[in-house]
Amino acid sequence: MSAVMVDIRGVHKSFGATEVLRGIDLQVRAGEVTVIVGPSGSGKSTLLRAVNHLEKVDRGWIGVDGELIGYRRAGGKLYELKEKEILRQRTRIGFVFQNFNLFPHLTVAENLVEAPVSALRRPRREAVATARELLARVGLAGKADAYPRQLSGGQQQRVAIARALALEPKVLLFDEPTSALDPELVGEVLDVIKDLARGGTTMIVVTHEIGFAREVADTVVFLDGGVVVEQGPPAAVLDTPRHERTRAFLSKVL
Amino acid sequence: MKAPAAAPPGAASPGSGPGTPPLPDDPASLTVVPARHPARWAAAAAVAVLLVQFAHGLATNPVWEWDVFGAYVFSETIVRAVWVTLQLTAYATVLGFLLGTVLAFMRLSGSPVLRTVAWGYVWIFRSIPMIVQLVFWFNLSALYERLGVGIPFGPVLWSVESNDLIGTIGAAVIGLTLHQAAYAAEIVRGGVLSVDQGQREAAAALGLPRLRQIRRIVLPQAMRAILPTAGNEIVGLLKGTSVVYVMSIGELFYQTQVIYGRNGRVIPLLLVATVWYVVLTSLLSVAQYYVERRFARGADRTPPPTPLGRARAFLRGLPAATTRGGPPARAAEPPGDRR
Repeated sequence: MSAVMVDIRGVHKSFGATEVLRGIDLQVRAGEVTVIVGPSGSGKSTLLRAVNHLEKVDRGWIGVDGELIGYRRAGGKLYELKEKEILRQRTRIGFVFQNFNLFPHLTVAENLVEAPVSALRRPRREAVATARELLARVGLAGKADAYPRQLSGGQQQRVAIARALALEPKVLLFDEPTSALDPELVGEVLDVIKDLARGGTTMIVVTHEIGFAREVADTVVFLDGGVVVEQGPPAAVLDTPRHERTRAFLSKVL
Repeated sequence: MKAPAAAPPGAASPGSGPGTPPLPDDPASLTVVPARHPARWAAAAAVAVLLVQFAHGLATNPVWEWDVFGAYVFSETIVRAVWVTLQLTAYATVLGFLLGTVLAFMRLSGSPVLRTVAWGYVWIFRSIPMIVQLVFWFNLSALYERLGVGIPFGPVLWSVESNDLIGTIGAAVIGLTLHQAAYAAEIVRGGVLSVDQGQREAAAALGLPRLRQIRRIVLPQAMRAILPTAGNEIVGLLKGTSVVYVMSIGELFYQTQVIYGRNGRVIPLLLVATVWYVVLTSLLSVAQYYVERRFARGADRTPPPTPLGRARAFLRGLPAATTRGGPPARAAEPPGDRR
């Protein structure tokens, strides 16, 4: 069995009086695909955003590849890191947003080159070459000089995936990558993610696409009310769920 | 038998009369006549008459004294004064917006200290009329004869005469800059707030350094909202520099006053100042158009043509209407293209 890449232990998070995450434990092994499903408001997105410290946790900790994210441990306490350190850690964790969040004033190629050059200090020439390879890989070789708004939603999300890959992250996080897309464009984005899965990229995917989860996931996690209700191989969780809440959710989305 | 068959004119609604077909057999045989706008023609004629009257007055009323205007408009004194006006505007714009941008980000920062300082700055400098502030700076040496660096409340390590450090022009630039920065801070803050939160988040998720997030991602997009208001401010500043005449600085308005104070030719010299202000403002407006266009990159799928490009297309006899919407433009867009 491969090593644990993402290690989530006892994570709690509240927004005001609402406790969104209530003690999450989850381990993601290197090279595996974990799909998180659950009703809206269950804390899926918050958990994902906590993995690269876009959300701070109130209790518990998250480790990626053996490194504590966002905090430094000294004695019995966790001290929040300086922003510079957190930014460095984020370059090892790719994040794909529901709304793509491409930089609209930069061309597709510039979107891909920006982070490697300014965050990792790669030579520009090298970054441009990598960008072209990545665009070809997501099927957009001809779009390097287009602006994001000249592309369809599906194309934009594929650019966003390529942009995340440009940093060669250890793990890729997807926050509902197809929820903002028209139905006929969902497939092209899922195909890219499937391709990455076959290539052995470690991924955590929050999605409502149950069919995709069944096909690609090594582990499906069902989250509800800020806790992991059940997890296991897709066949177990999706076809023979043990919990009433999982059954109720699946009966609505399938 | 004839009378009942002939319906009174206008009584028969189309298609109701027996024998009269509701629609013509051949639609192509009809000509379409667009709506006429006689009132527009009348208004245009009235405006034209007023314009001609005004131009006639300009040409014939001897009080304008065009020969005096001609003698002064490019005179060395005036040209040098225009140069001073331009310098004051340029310095105050650049320094004012630099300071204003810093203040805007202080105001948006997480630090309560920085937020309060920025808020206090904007509060105080928006509260003091510019002319009052300028006179204050002009009289700085009365308030602090020497300026120095040292330990607070302790010994002074190095100092100079206030008037040596800050000349009259320096005082004017400082006054204009501090005033401008307060307004610029709010303009820049408004622009930054208009940028989608997800942009900053994406930049942070990619690990871009803090300063790079601001300079490369946030500010260029904020410029779209900043530029129209900033253009207003700069034009206002250009004309506002005329206020520094109270400090006897040889800018355009001051020099004009000096000259007409000497020779009594008030109207033609005010005309000299007016023409220069209009020309400079027009140049700024043209510059603003092109700067805005540059920062609109990526905002539209097909950028609109420049006025020059449109003129060229028009001269070539191509339909310039492609930029105005209407059927030709629709047809030019690829069908099924979406955002």
